[in-house]
Amino acid sequence: MTHRPATAGDPAREAILDAIRRAFPDRRPVEVPREYERAGGGTRSGREIVDRFAERVAEYRATVVRTGPYGLSRTIAARLAERHLRRLVVPDGVPAEWLSDAAVEIIRDEPPLSLADLDATDAVLTGCAIAIAETGTIVLDAGPDQGRRALSLLPDDHLCVVRGDQVVDGVPDALARLDPRRPLTWISGPSATSDIELDRVEGVHGPRNLTVLIVGE
Amino acid sequence: MVTQEIELNDALARAGIAAWETDLAELIVQLGDDLPSHILVPAIHRNRTEIRDIFRRAMGGAGRPAPTDLSDEPRALAEAARLHLREKFLRARVAISGANFAVAETGTVMVVESEGNGRMCLTLPDVLITVMGIEKVVPAWRDLEVFLQLLPRSSTAERMNPYTSMWTGVAPGDGPRAFHLVLLDNGRTDTLSDPTGRQALRCIKCSACLNVCPVYERTGGRAYGSPYPGPIGAILTPQLRGIARHPVDAQTASLPYASSLCGACFDVCPVRIDIPEVLIHLRGQVVRQHGWRARIGSDEALLMAGLGATFRSPRRLAAAERAAGLAGRFVGRSGRIGRWPAPGMLGRWLRFRDLRVPARRSFRAWWRSTGGDEGAGR
Repeated sequence: MTHRPATAGDPAREAILDAIRRAFPDRRPVEVPREYERAGGGTRSGREIVDRFAERVAEYRATVVRTGPYGLSRTIAARLAERHLRRLVVPDGVPAEWLSDAAVEIIRDEPPLSLADLDATDAVLTGCAIAIAETGTIVLDAGPDQGRRALSLLPDDHLCVVRGDQVVDGVPDALARLDPRRPLTWISGPSATSDIELDRVEGVHGPRNLTVLIVGE
Repeated sequence: MVTQEIELNDALARAGIAAWETDLAELIVQLGDDLPSHILVPAIHRNRTEIRDIFRRAMGGAGRPAPTDLSDEPRALAEAARLHLREKFLRARVAISGANFAVAETGTVMVVESEGNGRMCLTLPDVLITVMGIEKVVPAWRDLEVFLQLLPRSSTAERMNPYTSMWTGVAPGDGPRAFHLVLLDNGRTDTLSDPTGRQALRCIKCSACLNVCPVYERTGGRAYGSPYPGPIGAILTPQLRGIARHPVDAQTASLPYASSLCGACFDVCPVRIDIPEVLIHLRGQVVRQHGWRARIGSDEALLMAGLGATFRSPRRLAAAERAAGLAGRFVGRSGRIGRWPAPGMLGRWLRFRDLRVPARRSFRAWWRSTGGDEGAGR
């Protein structure tokens, strides 16, 4: 990561900081009250959390498929066939056993594909960093089984594998476990718009079809 | 929104740079050579047929044309926008974004969205420029646990919006190779200096106050003459435009009056901005900067000047009280003054409202003669 901080002598920076200081002549440190209720609160069991996650993701009109650890590759293959997906891009860190039953063209992002080549694929298969039950959210952090952000953006189908132990209860639990230095993408259902007469349309620029494969016992 | 505030597109056009809006509604507004009317759904004033006509007419001039048989189904219109913009996303070298929040502790910036146009801009071009008001900075990473739950619920009533992107500088091999962050003041530190008005900077642009406002419902967003419509715009725009320090244009000066002070906006605000309080405070500033005469009809200015003069002098107040008590005996035998063809403002007021008849004897006169003894002098 490279970032060059604005230099200390930068006149615009100094002007804004001076103006902020002038706005609070009696500057005191602000105490943020933290007695608010943090959603979830850690009272649900692991099983309840995963069930809730599955229910909430489905409400966003994503497709949710639950499978045991040994059925994953067959589930992935079945889902690809059902959606008639032929060209599948996968990040370099996706385990080979996820793909052992898939009868499709597998395209690895190594060396990185051009945007035009990536745009010409049908689907992407990734893992995730974490998932949130309360809000039905999956979070990608560009880890080895997720790859760079463009991978999960240009193909029209996104298949995302979520392990049961990756699901946390609420947003606060997720933030506590995520690394802010990594590029993070929070995904809650397929892309959507209500810009035309407030009529909801799923699928604008991001993948129009999201399949979440939950792996648990 | 913030780029509209600084009229960036106009400046880029003057510099010979073609800038294309990528949010569906913003695209409709741009292709229609129009103004946004809502924070969240800026093209809410256009119906599907108008949007189809705009796409058919203007998309070709901006890039990939709309299909000739384009229908007015929202799904078909969204698809046309997808294809039109996809071409631009894949080619663009530079993207400009806003930001919903930034974290001081970690240097993280974030964009909260639904369509994926944000992700496209943040991920595909070589260079990313983010323009962000300084009020978007929260102190700690942990603060996001509050705002990430408040914003989608107050904005679209979703548990979570489809996409949220967070980034901290550039990531090698992933996304833009250069990232520039522009922190914008543009009247915000002036607003911060005002102990009453500064709460407007807490706004997270959820648009809940627009959706409940009876005035916004009637006027629509374009009447507010700024990218920030509705109740929040009525308190933010005058402050950003410097009402505390100098006169502003007539439309901006009218904004604090664009309210019945019903308080519905305060009730729904997830960050507890007391919008009615700030509206009244800003009315005071408008009067200080512009005087009554410039702002309001001269009848009211005259009345206020008369009242001011009367209340300044105990002698004049006593005379006015005596005159009112005397007049009350003639005009309102039933205890109230109803519809009465008085000239000017008084007559207009009485057409719709009753007035209580002034007391025959003022409180001060009663106090003087009885010393406050309850039973005496009734």
